[in-house]
Amino acid sequence: MAEGTQSKFSRKDLLGLKDLSAEELRHLLDVAEQFRGLNLRAIKKVPTLRGKSVVHLFLEPSTRTRTSFDIAAKRLSADTFSISGSSSSTTKGETLLDTARNLAAMHPDIIVLRHKRSGAPALLSRELPGTCIVNAGDGFCEHPTQGLLDMLTIRRSIGGFRGRTVTIVGDIMHSRVARSAIYGLRTMGAGVRVCGPRTLIPPGLDSLGVEAHDHLETAIAGADVVMMLRIQQERLARGGHYFPSTREYSRLWGLDRSKLARWARKDVIVMHPGPVNRGVELEPELADSKWSVILNQVENGVAVRMAVLYLVLGGERAARSEGRGV
Amino acid sequence: MTVQIQPLVLKGGRVIDPGSDHDAVVDVLIGADGCIAELAPGIADKVGDEVRVIDVTGHLVTPGFVDLHTHLREPGQEYKETVETGSASAVAGGFTTVLCMANTNPVNDTGAVTRYIVGQSERCGLARVLPIAALSHGMKGEKLAEIGDMLAHGAVAVSDDGLPVMDAHLMRRALEYCATLGVPVIAHEEDSCLSGGCMNEGRVSTLLGLRGIPDAAEDVMVSRDIVLAELTGGHLHVAHVSTAGAVRMIREAQARGVHVTTEVTPHHFTLTDEAVVGYDPDTRMAPPLRTEEARQAVVEGLRDGTICCIATDHAPHATVEKEVEFELAANGVVGLETAWGLTYRLVQQGEIDLTTAVRLLTSGPSSCFGLSTGTLAVGASADVTVIDLEATTAVDVSAFHSRSSNSPFKGWELPSRIARTLFGGRTVYLWDGEEGRVGLEADL
Repeated sequence: MAEGTQSKFSRKDLLGLKDLSAEELRHLLDVAEQFRGLNLRAIKKVPTLRGKSVVHLFLEPSTRTRTSFDIAAKRLSADTFSISGSSSSTTKGETLLDTARNLAAMHPDIIVLRHKRSGAPALLSRELPGTCIVNAGDGFCEHPTQGLLDMLTIRRSIGGFRGRTVTIVGDIMHSRVARSAIYGLRTMGAGVRVCGPRTLIPPGLDSLGVEAHDHLETAIAGADVVMMLRIQQERLARGGHYFPSTREYSRLWGLDRSKLARWARKDVIVMHPGPVNRGVELEPELADSKWSVILNQVENGVAVRMAVLYLVLGGERAARSEGRGV
Repeated sequence: MTVQIQPLVLKGGRVIDPGSDHDAVVDVLIGADGCIAELAPGIADKVGDEVRVIDVTGHLVTPGFVDLHTHLREPGQEYKETVETGSASAVAGGFTTVLCMANTNPVNDTGAVTRYIVGQSERCGLARVLPIAALSHGMKGEKLAEIGDMLAHGAVAVSDDGLPVMDAHLMRRALEYCATLGVPVIAHEEDSCLSGGCMNEGRVSTLLGLRGIPDAAEDVMVSRDIVLAELTGGHLHVAHVSTAGAVRMIREAQARGVHVTTEVTPHHFTLTDEAVVGYDPDTRMAPPLRTEEARQAVVEGLRDGTICCIATDHAPHATVEKEVEFELAANGVVGLETAWGLTYRLVQQGEIDLTTAVRLLTSGPSSCFGLSTGTLAVGASADVTVIDLEATTAVDVSAFHSRSSNSPFKGWELPSRIARTLFGGRTVYLWDGEEGRVGLEADL
């Protein structure tokens, strides 16, 4: 790591991308880029976080994000501890705050929290000033490491952000992935469009400089990136009246090769945060096509999470002063 | 009041009693019967030694405040508040008459529960507690409760408060029945099909990733109930109005002669949904904090008289119900001890004048519900609030007399301070220079 970079990110928590500056975002991506190289080596482990403890408190189901964080922490030589929703005392009626205070009393260095309620990481950050809190997704609010891995993937695929257009299609209303992407991309100067039925477009996006489109055709015309969001079919069952059926959704807002060929730029890339509903938001073959960078996103996720864990603990200066090596 | 007290004179204060159109520096004589005996200059210089003289020169003297909307939680949720602690909180905030909502456990849906609440109030004797009868049995929204029975035991209005009456037919019948009995129906206007969120729907809910409640959830119900009030001739009182649309519809209905009245809470005329940023559970309430546009609309409603009173919706909750994720937090905030400071803040900001401020807490609510309180007219119970307008109050929730501390105004500095509250001529609250003392011996 280059000398003198740690001052560019001096937060003890990563709760979201909303309040990060362009400099902080760029620095996070640059550090992640360097960790990317490590993930391609034969020996993938460095002593950077040796002696540090990371608790993965995942109170909502997750496979991809949790595994990615776990691999990231272990490659940095941190000790990791995993608590999931079903094994935690929250199922016995303990409050989130009591669970977190008990964990904090064991002095972990970082708590990585996934929680279905928006604002849960902010609650922990406020109540546990001595522990770094990393948000691994809270409700509909933010999923900052997903936003960063999306940004790293975009930067690697198309070279940058300024003057580029990213179209996000689907359930924007209930998407933390969309919110983190919007904040990060707008701060870095990219144009952002969203598209979907108006039932799934939340109010106030214009205040973020986001353009809302009803029709997929105009939404993806000229875009450099199309990010398709997962349609959560359980929302239909709960009587939200967002759209009549996945069949109709797929017809109007699903993406397939023919729509891409007719409406999109030839060099457009297609992203998806996963897990993909093949045949709903994406034509089954599209996820594996030349347009798709979905697996690059997953690959970049590990590097981004290594960068986040490293930087919230103070980065290079802290590592050197504690003799952890860099 | 059958209790005999030592007669006293409040000397030299500026007396504002909007109900009697009175605003002058005069002395206030309170007789041994605990009632207002005379208002005139120079009384203190003429009375004998048997009359105690309390110098309130430089202070504002008003009728004791009247709050049409509180939750005192007793019976059933005494860990949040009791009639006694709620009364203490009331008089610490300058209120001497409070109406308490029926959502107790058991629900106040029979005369026995009403009688119990009145009895608890009489036992502590700090303030006048007037129960509000449940509209429906168990507040289930299915069949009318025994409203007449509860009125006979001291209830003064009817409401299912936090549980909106979704059945339009039941609301129609309630308005008709209550018109027969001469009491208002208080409606918490919220279409529960439209209100599945935890804050105002708008830009801020999008940023915070929280489900929103649109203005329309309130507006469609206000619209429906105005139509039903017009049909029945009943008195509809819209609780805690929060949207520009509702204020507009109520204004138009009043102009048409429909008997519809409304109140606004201090938090709705002070805060907007921006206060929710940071996810403080003490900013969660129903209806939710709205936008600045809505805030200005309710202030305009206070100015032009569409909204006849300020009501606190004092809703105590224990920390276990608030120290949780925002979406899981209980709705509501305590309000009795900050209401005056926030109202006077509006005066200082030039949004309403001082006389209007006093009216909104005294004759405004009293005349709205036909209560005999909220006035300093000769013969009225000597319920009096003395206010030091020059002082400031730091909002310290740990010093609240309420059993709960869920206030979004914690740490705020509010203008003025309640100096003394009298109920039936007895001082029940006194700021002694360092702390506020509550009780029948507060000034002994």
